[in-house]
Amino acid sequence: MILFEVKNLVKYFGGLAAVNNVSFQVNKGEILGLIGPNGSGKTTIFNLISNFHPVTSGSVHLDGDEITGFKTNKICKRGIGRTFQVVKPLGRLTVLDNVIAAAFSKARNKHEARDFAMETLRFCELDHRKDALAKSLPIGERKRLEITRAMATQPKLLLLDETAAGLNPSELDAAINLIQKIRDKGVTIIIVEHIMKVIMTISDRIHAINFGQTIAEGTPKEMADHPAVIEAYLGEEYAHG
Amino acid sequence: MNKYGPIILLIILILFPVVIQNSYYQHLMILVLMWVVIGSGWNVIAGYTGQVSFGDAAFFGTGAYTAGILTTKLGLSAWWGMAFGGIMAMAIAFPFGWICFRLRGAYFALASLALNEVMRHIATIWESLTDGMVGILIMPSFVSKVPYYYIALGLAVVSVITVQVVMKSKWGYYFLSIREDQDAAESLGIDTHHYKMLSLNIAAFLTGMAGALFMNYMGFIDPEVVFSLHDISIMAILVGIVGGVGTLYGPVVGAFVMVAVHEFFRTGFFGFFKGLAALTGSDSLLTAAKYIGHAHVLGFGILVVLVILLLPNGIVGDWNKIIGKFLPVKNKGVAT
Repeated sequence: MILFEVKNLVKYFGGLAAVNNVSFQVNKGEILGLIGPNGSGKTTIFNLISNFHPVTSGSVHLDGDEITGFKTNKICKRGIGRTFQVVKPLGRLTVLDNVIAAAFSKARNKHEARDFAMETLRFCELDHRKDALAKSLPIGERKRLEITRAMATQPKLLLLDETAAGLNPSELDAAINLIQKIRDKGVTIIIVEHIMKVIMTISDRIHAINFGQTIAEGTPKEMADHPAVIEAYLGEEYAHG
Repeated sequence: MNKYGPIILLIILILFPVVIQNSYYQHLMILVLMWVVIGSGWNVIAGYTGQVSFGDAAFFGTGAYTAGILTTKLGLSAWWGMAFGGIMAMAIAFPFGWICFRLRGAYFALASLALNEVMRHIATIWESLTDGMVGILIMPSFVSKVPYYYIALGLAVVSVITVQVVMKSKWGYYFLSIREDQDAAESLGIDTHHYKMLSLNIAAFLTGMAGALFMNYMGFIDPEVVFSLHDISIMAILVGIVGGVGTLYGPVVGAFVMVAVHEFFRTGFFGFFKGLAALTGSDSLLTAAKYIGHAHVLGFGILVVLVILLLPNGIVGDWNKIIGKFLPVKNKGVAT
């Protein structure tokens, strides 16, 4: 069952086509990896989905409804949560308050918001830091806070933008663990990631782009052997070797 | 501030006019309480929501003129202005916010500065309604200052409680989120435009009520007084910054300090220079005494620089730092 779909997504910044005719579908409960070299348009696709930038053309669909051009906050309310590659903690608020602010998007009152925020913090294993100011967290926990906050909005679809970048090996395993736990909860995920260990372990399917265009799509196994992906992503020498 | 602090403060404020019957000090305290209201309003939009306003006088003056015009044109009591002044200020805030909240940061601040000037010119030019530069003069309701004092106190208490209730609710969380990161807030499902409008309207309502109180109390307003950039708009910012941006009791402390500083300069250091001039017979000192009263804006500037350098979170925000500086012995005693 298709939960989410983008059709013929195009975004021009001036004369530059940052995203050029990209289409993909995500099934319910699936993890879709989105890969491509730096500047290939991955984050732009996320920004188009959450309407931080308006699309030039193309459409975005969730649960069969077209949500193209909805305001960013409406898209969140519809059930698409996202994290930012450059993390955006609410610095002078505590970790708990960060998550409560997010939980209010579905909770009816403060009590409910607080309870759900605590539950989400425990789920994401960040509850031991709940009273710390968000700006005092190290990068690993900031990335985790991004995920926790997005989860507190109770999304059907979660967009993870390089949440594993800058983590040390043990944090990396914990992050993989968390993403799998989120999937097991029934949340569908699109993940942008450069660390192959993460993307190959957890993705059900991978969608590869370069210069804003789709170059291949398939299972992690297929993608690892795909000449176009190797050429775009690992360099031509590897393709011939 | 501990649990009983606010109650003790309130009791002191209630007893103040009973104990201190000097009408000069009562007058100063009424101004302090009025500035608590304005500062609290400014704190909601600028301190908690992060949308710095340079144009509070637009709302203050609108409230004052609403109260005045209700009396001069409709023959109603100017006290009706307490409610209608707030509502009229919101009526100004609404279209302004609707249009200008597309702007962020410094651009919004500049737009609010422009609003201040626009309102001042409207009040000056629209003579058939406002009597222009002649101003509005009404008969004060009470001879004694005590009734005004308690009305101002009531308004100040209502303002502080309103801010506290709002900031503990969902709105408060949303205001803070917008201040910290507008993009993150939007992606967490917060309609940032809508909540910035709410915040501005709360601020405008409180400030408008303070304006109406000013009309009732002072009995005279003109555009230069109530739409004054440096005496109202900048003063509101100073009350907020000196007391502590984004703290509940910041505007209370800020109002005390700023009214005292304002008065200190207005009276030429409480008549110190005049006295010195009389004592020494020096003409230059007498001239200095004359101009020092007009130099309060310069004094404000120096004060802001000092506060930002030494106490970036204001007196309330950096209270522990102040205590630590001035009472190091006591602190060490506690530690060991």
